[in-house]
Parts: sequence; C-alpha cells; structure tokens
Amino acid sequence: VATVDAPLIVSARAEYADSFTLARYLETGGYAGLRKALTMFPEDVAKEVDAASLLGRGGAGFPAGRKWSMLRKSPVSYLVVNGDESEPATFKDHFLVERDPHQLVEGVIIAAYALQVSQAFIFVRGEFALGLERVQQALNDAYELGALGSHIFDSDFSLDVVLHPGAGAYICGEETALIEALEGKRGFPRIKPPFFPAVTGLYGEPTVVNNVETMSNLPWIINHGGAAFAALGAGRSTGTRLFALAGRVNRPGVYEVEMVKNTFRDLIFDPHFGQGVINGAAVKAFIPGGVSAPWFGPELLDLALGQDEVAEKGSMLGSGSIVVFDETTCVVRAAWRITRFFSRESCGQCTPCREGSGWLERVLYRLEHGGGRDEDMDLLLDLCDNIAPGLGWPPQQTTICVLGSSIPSSIHSAISMFKDDFFEHVRHGGCPL
Amino acid sequence: MTDVIRTSVAFTIDGRECDARPGELIIEAAERAGTYIPRFCYHPRMEPVGMCRMCLVEVDGPRGATLQPACYLRVSDGMNVTTDSEKVKKAQDGVLEFLLANHPLDCPVCDKGGECPLQDQTLTHGSGETRFIEEKRHFVKPIEIGELVLLDRERCIQCARCTRFASEVSGDTEIAFAGRGDLIEVAPSPTVPFDSVFSGNVVQICPVGALTAKPYRFSARPWDLEQVESTCTACAVGCRIAVQSSGNRLTRVLGVDSEPVNHGWLCDKGRFTLDAIDANEESHDVLSPSTRITEPLVRRDGILVAVGWGEALAEAAAILREAADTPDGVGAIGGAALTNEGAFAWERFVRGVLHSEHVDAQFGDGLDGALLQALPRATIDEASNARCVVTLTGDLREELPVLFLRLRESAVHKGHDLVEMSTGASALRSVSRLSLSVRPGEAHLVARALVTGVAAKGLAITEAELAEARTLIGENGEGVVFVVGRPNLAEGAQVVEGAIRTLAEGFAGATFLPALRRANVNGALDMGLAPGLRPGRGYDSAARGRDTPAQLDALIAGEQKAVLLLGGDLLGNVLDVDRAIAALDAASVVAVTGHGGPTLAYANVVLPAAVAHERIGTATNVEGRVTSLAAMIGAPGSAWSDVAIAGELAEEFGQNLGLGSIEETARAIEETTGYPALSVLNDGSCDGVLFGRYDVTPTRNPLDPMAFPGIRSAYSIGLAARVGSTESSPAGPSSATTRATLANLPDAPSVDVPLADAYSLRLAVTRRLYDRGTAMLGSPALAALIAPSVVGLNHFDLDRLGVASGELVAVSGSESTVTLPVRLDDAVPRGAAEIAFNTLAPTGENALAVLVDHPSVISQIRLETL
Repeated sequence: VATVDAPLIVSARAEYADSFTLARYLETGGYAGLRKALTMFPEDVAKEVDAASLLGRGGAGFPAGRKWSMLRKSPVSYLVVNGDESEPATFKDHFLVERDPHQLVEGVIIAAYALQVSQAFIFVRGEFALGLERVQQALNDAYELGALGSHIFDSDFSLDVVLHPGAGAYICGEETALIEALEGKRGFPRIKPPFFPAVTGLYGEPTVVNNVETMSNLPWIINHGGAAFAALGAGRSTGTRLFALAGRVNRPGVYEVEMVKNTFRDLIFDPHFGQGVINGAAVKAFIPGGVSAPWFGPELLDLALGQDEVAEKGSMLGSGSIVVFDETTCVVRAAWRITRFFSRESCGQCTPCREGSGWLERVLYRLEHGGGRDEDMDLLLDLCDNIAPGLGWPPQQTTICVLGSSIPSSIHSAISMFKDDFFEHVRHGGCPL
Repeated sequence: MTDVIRTSVAFTIDGRECDARPGELIIEAAERAGTYIPRFCYHPRMEPVGMCRMCLVEVDGPRGATLQPACYLRVSDGMNVTTDSEKVKKAQDGVLEFLLANHPLDCPVCDKGGECPLQDQTLTHGSGETRFIEEKRHFVKPIEIGELVLLDRERCIQCARCTRFASEVSGDTEIAFAGRGDLIEVAPSPTVPFDSVFSGNVVQICPVGALTAKPYRFSARPWDLEQVESTCTACAVGCRIAVQSSGNRLTRVLGVDSEPVNHGWLCDKGRFTLDAIDANEESHDVLSPSTRITEPLVRRDGILVAVGWGEALAEAAAILREAADTPDGVGAIGGAALTNEGAFAWERFVRGVLHSEHVDAQFGDGLDGALLQALPRATIDEASNARCVVTLTGDLREELPVLFLRLRESAVHKGHDLVEMSTGASALRSVSRLSLSVRPGEAHLVARALVTGVAAKGLAITEAELAEARTLIGENGEGVVFVVGRPNLAEGAQVVEGAIRTLAEGFAGATFLPALRRANVNGALDMGLAPGLRPGRGYDSAARGRDTPAQLDALIAGEQKAVLLLGGDLLGNVLDVDRAIAALDAASVVAVTGHGGPTLAYANVVLPAAVAHERIGTATNVEGRVTSLAAMIGAPGSAWSDVAIAGELAEEFGQNLGLGSIEETARAIEETTGYPALSVLNDGSCDGVLFGRYDVTPTRNPLDPMAFPGIRSAYSIGLAARVGSTESSPAGPSSATTRATLANLPDAPSVDVPLADAYSLRLAVTRRLYDRGTAMLGSPALAALIAPSVVGLNHFDLDRLGVASGELVAVSGSESTVTLPVRLDDAVPRGAAEIAFNTLAPTGENALAVLVDHPSVISQIRLETL
C-alpha cells in the first residue's frame, strides 16, 4: 500500500484548472517564499536549501546546495535553469512549466537571491509551446507584481530573467551544450575540464545550472524550512519527487511521491498512481530512471524509490521517468527505438557516440525487421563496450558528455536480460510479436 | 620566501618518468618524450576540441584510471599516463573502426590516398577486416563550397580542423557543422560562399580526402611526387613551403610549419599560382602573362623574333653601351622578383659595368629603402607578441595575407591591442581595438597628432580616438610595433614616409615592421637595387640616383636613353600607365623576364630568365629574414638564371663579375657584406637567418604528418641534398658601406596637400590580393577570381551623391571619365573614394590609368550620377 500522507510540494496546485495564473498562485500562497527569503541573508537562504539536502532533479542527482557552494566568487555570475526536457517518456518538467510556471519563477528568484546573481536565464525546450507561453506570461506578471526587475518587493535585490526557447536538440539538455546554445552557438557540449559551469560557464563566467523541478521546490523549502523537507524521504533522498510513469500501465502520468517511502510496485500498481499493468499482465521489465538507465526485472519491483537504493542495484533514478514493459513489449524494438533516439540526437562531436549510435541502430533495426545474425549480439555488446568500456554502472566514458555512455544501457540490458528474445528474432527473421 | 616559477612538471608515461612544460598537453609532452599518441582532430596550431577521441589514453585520477583525451588534458605534477594498455588499445581500435564505419573506402580514386592520415593509421592500428555490413551514409559528392575547394561529405570524419581553421585562424565563418548524429556534415553558408583567400589551408590540413582543391584534384598521385622545401615569393611574408613536382611539372605547394613566420599556413595566391609557371609553354603571344619566355627575342622590323643567346646579348649590350655613353643615359627598373643572388648580380652589373646609380626595384609604390634601414626593426614574431600593434598599411589580408593571420592571432587569441590607421576597407578592422580613419594626404598629420596629442584641424579622427590611441601606445611607445606600408598608392610616398619618421622620432621605444609587399623587394633593397642603397643593407648618403618615377620622367625628357627592365611587368605596376608607355616609347628597352606581358610591346631585346621554383637562391622577407629558395624543375627552353644573364652581359662589356654560379654569388654576397646568403643556401632545413639580428635563433619543430599531411618526412624536409654543398660560410661583418640612420637621412621633404574642393573626393588606391598581376593573369586556377573595379564610398558621400550601393556612376579625373559601380564601405573616410589597384572596370578600362595625376601628393576625383 502506497504512502500518500506526505504534503504535495510541487504539484499541489495541479487540481485547479487555472493553476498557471498569477491570481490562483497568489491565492494559494504564491510569492510568500520569496518575500520571506528577502528578509533573510542570502547565505541563510542557501543554508536552508543545504539543510533540505535537495538533490538536483535533472538526472545526475547532485546536491543543489553543494552545487551552489561551488560557485566561484566573481563580479559577474549567472543562474541558468534547464527546462530542455527532451528524453522519450520524460515529462515531469513539461508538467511544471505548463501547470505551475509561477512556482518555477519564484524558485528562480529565490535561487538568484541566494546566489546573489542579477541575471538568470530559463531555457525551455522549444517544442513546449504552451509552456513557453505560460512561463513568459508568468515572468511578465512577476515584473508587473514587482517580484522581478529592479528592487524586488522594495528590497535591494534586483534580477532580470530571460526565457530562451530551445531549437529542438536533445543535447542542449546537457548543461554545457545548453550554455553554448544560450551563447548563440551550436549546441555542442563543452569538453571537460573545467568540469563545472560554476567555474567557467555562460560567457566564461561562473554559472549555476539547475533543473526546473529543483527550482520549483524552493518556495516550499523557504516557507517550511529545509528541515521540514529533509524530514520527508529517507537517507540521502529527501523530500518528494515527480515521477513520469509511462509504458504499459493503466494510468500513465506525473505523480508526486515521497521518496524512499514508496516502491516501484506502489507507483505502478497503487490506485493513487499507475493502477496496474494494462489487461492485468505481468511486468516483464521496467526502466527505473529514463532511457539512459539500465533496466530492471520484476524481481526489483519492491525496491524503494530512492536515489541510492536504485544506484545500489546498478541503475539510476535519473530523470524520474519510469517505463513499464509487459509481455506484449518487444525488447529488441524497445532497444532499437531508444538507440535510434540517441543516434538522431547525438551532437556528432565524438566519434564513438556519433558513429557508434548509428551503427548500433542499424544492427538493431536489422534484428527487428529481419536480417539478424547470431553474431550480431556479440557485435552489439562489443560496440557498446567500445563506447562505454567495461559496460559497468556507472559507465566509463569515451566521449565528451554522457550521451555517449548512455547509449549502451538499453542494449546491454536487453541482451543480458532477454537474450533468447534476440535469438528468436534471428530465427524468426524479424519480430515474432 | 621566494616564489619559485616552475619550469617543468614531472609525470609518468608508460612507467617512464618524464618532464613536461607547465600546462603542456599530454599529447605534446608524450611526443617530446618519444611516445606518439595517434590523433586526427588535434592540430598543433589550433585549439584542441577532443572530438575524434583517437588519442584516448588512461590517466590515473580520483576514480582510478579513466580514459581521457591526450589532446585536451594538460599534464599535471605526478600524473600517471598509460598509452599502451589493453584498454587503451581497444578504445583506440574502437574509435578507428567507428571512423571507418561510414567512410567510403574509395582510396584508389581518392586524392589523399598515399598521404592520408586515416589510411596510415588504419594500416598501423586497424584490424584489416570490417564488421560493418550496413548501408553507409550517403551524400551528394562532391559539392563546391568555394571557388577553389570541393567537399566530399562522405569521406569527412568530422575532425573540425577546417571549421576551426576558418573560425579561429582566418576569421572566415562560411563553413560550419550542420546536422546531427552520423548525418552531421560540414556545410557551407547557404548565402556566402567559402571564398576565403586562405581556403587552401583547409584542404592541406584535412586528415582525409574530404576537402580537395580544384587546381590539384586528380593531377598526381602522392608517391609520384618529388619534393623540396623552399620559400614562397608570392608576397614578402616569406612563408616556408614544400614544392612538389611530378616529372618536370610543378604540381602542388604545401605550407611548412615555420615557427617564426607562417605556422604552416599559406594564402591561396601563394598556394595556387604555381600553374602560372608551367602554364602555356607552347604559347607564343609574348604580350600575354600566361606565356613563358623560353628563348631570347630581338626586335627586327618591329617584331620580336627568337634569336640565339649570343645575338641577343650582343644586341642588349650594344643598346646599353650606347646609352651609357651619355652621362646618366641608362638605368634599371625592377628586380623585386629576383633572388638575392640575382639582385646582387644585377646590382654589380648596373653600378659596376654601366656605372649608373639609376636603379630602383620599386615602382613609386613602395617606401624609401634608406628610411627603412634607419628604423629600429621588429620581427613578425615580435609584432605578434607585442602588447600593442599599430598598422599604417593597406588591407594586410590583401597585401601580406599570412602576416594578417599572425596579427589576427595576436589580437584574437593573445588579447593584444591592435590600432589600425586605415584609409579603406581592412579585414583587421573587426578585431582592432581602435580604427583611426586616415584620409588621403593626412597620414603625416595623424602621426603628428599621435606624438603631440594635438590634432590638426579637419582630421577624420575624434579627440576621444586620439586620446585612446595615445594611451594604448604609451609615453614613448615601449613594446609597440608599428607595421608600416603604403595605405594609398595614389598618395605621394612622402606622406606616409613623413608619418613614419614622425612616429620613429616621437616614439623612441617602438619598433617597426615594414610592410613592403612585393615578392623579394626587401632582398632587392638589401642588395642595393635603389638609389643610395648598397649590397648588404648598406647606404651611401652621397649617392644620388633616379627612382622609378624619376627614370620615367628622364626617359620622356630624353635625358635617359635606355632602361634595363628586371622583370617584365612595368605597365602592370604603375598607376600612370600612359606616362610609362610614353617613357618606354621614347627609350631603348632591354627586358629580362620569364613571363610575357604588355610591357614587352616596347622591348627591343627580351632575355628569358628562370623564375621561382626554377632557380636556387635566397630571399629576404618583410622582417629581414633570409631564407632559401629551391629549384624544383628546370627552366623552360633556353632560359637562364639572372646571375648567368648578368654575368654574360657583363662579358659583352669585357668585364667579369666573378659570379660563375649562384653558389659563388651567394659566397660573394656573404664574404663582401656579411649578408647570410651562402650560409642560408647551404642549410637546407632551417627557418632562415635574420640579417642583423643574431639574437633570434629559430628552432624547427618536427613536422607531424598528421598535422601537415602531404609533406613527407616527419622531422625535416630539406634542400641540402639539392644544393649539395655543406661548406661553412665565412660570415663576417659588413665592411663596405655605412648603414642609414634617422640622423644621416636627408631632411624629409615638406608635404603640401592641396586643399580639398567641396565637389571632389580624395582618391585612395588600395591593393587586392587577386589583382591583374602576372602571377594571377598567368594562373588558370586563379585568373577567374580577379574582381572588377568598384568605387568604395562612405555612406555620407553615397547619400550626398544620391546613389545606392551597386549603381553605376561617372568617375572623372583631371582629364577623362570612366564609369564604375559604387560600393558602400564605411571604412572609407568621408571625403575619400577607394578604388583597387590593377583591376579593370566592368567596361574593360583601366580606371586608374585615366584618373591618377602624377606627381601630385594626392589625386582628386569627381563622381556624378549617370
């Protein structure tokens, strides 16, 4: 039975049809967090976030407070918010920018105040037309309200926020590619070192890049205190988290769930959430954290939804996207579709990712559509090994960014968990389903 | 406690302890330590991008040994690098296999086959079998991305060398990546073609056959090519080159990485005009620049006919002897295209045999050689490293293209200040800290203002600009390099020479880099081919001779009877063509030249000479660096070297110059003046010697064939084998003459600029790289790129005239009118109009020939709508 007594931190307003408007936002306690933050010292605001031990919600799960503390002291620095959510089956930021844009804007202003930056950028995926419109409206409203611009709420703090639409590239969700794109360049991830934009970021200046959901947590954390946030969840995984549930479930959607207190089984089967597999079928496998993550079998359904808990079992909670497979799901096809996505979205810089993803995609296509060979599975694994040597988790990299090392996950999982399905494809001359 | 500046860091590579320079890349430090890490995208002259991943090595870190790109990671103290583990080998083999997955493997028909880094590494590292059975990626092939360059996207391995060259080095952004995944492609701009004057460099550094140059495509196979190292003389930068031939035909020129000069880069004129040398040997139209003169010619009954050398020499000697009988009756013009040895031989002939001081290697378009001797000089490297560079030149990208690259590098990548004093469009403008607008006839006034801080009335610069320029230059100019040339050919040389003297006297701490642009003009001046100058960069302040404009006047006036033309293109090098024709008409003319041209219509005797790549010797570049020239092919027909022609002509006068060969001439130069001709000629693998500056010794970096594919031999390529001599030189100090100093120069003439009238514009004549010079007109590859004349105007003057950019206007000089299109260019100062030298109007007229008044200080023109 799912634990559902935790407060809704970021999705409370979703019940209202006009959740995106300033009027509704103010009526439901909007901008109180900002007003409170402005009465605090900036470093005390940061301390609250540190106390909340809020893990970044973009996928890597790096503690937001620690990221902020790495910001190099500089006369100019920037805050950049990453809303370029573009991965298949990941749609929790999509929900936030469309349904509660003011919460995002308030979070951005609080973060900017804590970091004492005077210029922030919100980079939103270009395909989120409605989200872009609503975030821009929220920014306009915030300026009107005095929550943005010069001397916010008559304080000494001033901030401008620019909304920047992406131009349709998944890779711009990689923070250094996002920064390049913001600078008006082609979205090529930057080579590391420097490892962190906090050292050299936008326009060469120290920059903090945070995810939309991370920002959206801040008003609640300031209103209720970091300790209240940290009291939710368990271990390193504090607070609640948005999960995008997709695949063969009766009720796919975005669900806010207290971390660790619930399991994958709760999320997939509980009446509050996924309401079970379509037609009552059995779970064949599931992706626990986005298409970059290694897959889990049904034996791990009772694993708690916590960052470390999932990592211990060799995968990640990643972007919070959970995809359920049942026996009607062809795993070869699933691996092929995921690989095709990476192949099309590879920026083209690094040879292993650029050429490897295309090669893998072609081999998987052959297996799925006829023309597969017995030796193809060894070839697939060896090519994967050349992209992420050792095929371990977390993966080793041969490429500038982690897109490359994300490619092998689904292929390696599919072959190691369902090798027979692959040989069946070879024997059958294509997909038997 | 004292600060210790670290000069090296210790690291371990494959278990061996090695030293690296602080901040050095692993790939470089490893190479110096003898471990070569395979690579494709890495290029020593560009920023690393870490894209190809071929150079992955294991580096110990906090998470254990991880694969890291050696081209990007810098060595740190105690770093442990492994390049030979199984893991590294598998990663590198994997990358190579990935690179080959979509590569067409059409090596048998690919120009790069035989000198291809991808092919070479596949042979060294590859498995020999392909596991890729899928359909390869397809693109239309090849596509033309500029006038000279073709792109085969199927062969491209996305190393970003070409795109980096364009954006980082030359500043041309017309090529960039487009597309994603394995369909990523290098794409030209949809609107602007890749017509960079440096486009050939991207072909040279392409590690596969994706980029090919139209002039070389399919013309040879690399293993059939012979190669020597030489110096480019398309302009006076003196880029080091590898000249390649097949049979007795020149096939290709490649840039060699010379640390002090060109860093491996070349301009397209230097790279591609070699076809002017062996083009059209069969043509007999001596008035065409594409015709090679292969036999001596003598005018009989008004027609030039081929004769033997004996007859031609006798005829030439008779003409010169007769003219020399009258005092001041003979002189020589030209010589900038000669080798130092050729120039020395002709200097000996003109002064020693003809006893004439009337000799000038320039055409009234250069600077006073004595003034240049008197200036404290800077090298190209010193200019590139100076905290502030001030240019008083034409557009350097058009005049000395690779010097432009070096100065651009200084401004863009080293962050040094560039102050531009310009009269017209300039490619450096966009990277300059400050552009000072200099109207024709005002350079000396702007210089005066820079020194005194007080601007004369009416100058085109503001108080704020003047103040900023003075701040950048500083009190006495310490650490500043002035690059000085001729910004405007329609302005008397005294204007810019006055400016240079003012700057030299006003900023005692500054040094100067002269930007004389023509071939070996600096060597010709150093060999004494100008009035008052003497071999070995000497100066005789008492000597008085006629420069080229004065010789033309004297020929018209009948005071000078004959002229010896050292080079065949007098008419293509003077502004006032009518006056030059009148002078040649009145004179007896002996021309020594390898190329035909309109000037030969006035020649009585034509003596065929070997040209670049056909004779050995030395040349001297803008900074005074003496480098070697190699002979790659034989001269056509019965053409001789200039040294031989001068010697034989002297014999006709019963005199022996004592210069039996080019080596002997080089020895004579070095023995009598200390000028390092023989020592440079004998040292085939060096980057030359700076005359008068023995403190700067260049070191030649090993040439990585991955960085400079096509140049064979990784460590040194050399001339030594061709010259054959390894005798040491008897270098000694110059003895014969004095050196010019600012003190022993004659007083600067006063500059009186006529007042501007309200209806006229001052004419600025500037140079284009692609002009109607002999090399361009003679080159089938480049001749089509010569642009027609246009009038560049500031938008104020365009508005005043009431015409739009691109429209035709009537342009009038003092006597006649031509019709030219106008072009908006706000780099042209208000009240001035810019026209490029040696171009033709769309109607085919030489606009400048009818517009320019000589010898006035400035030329004024009027523009009227049609």
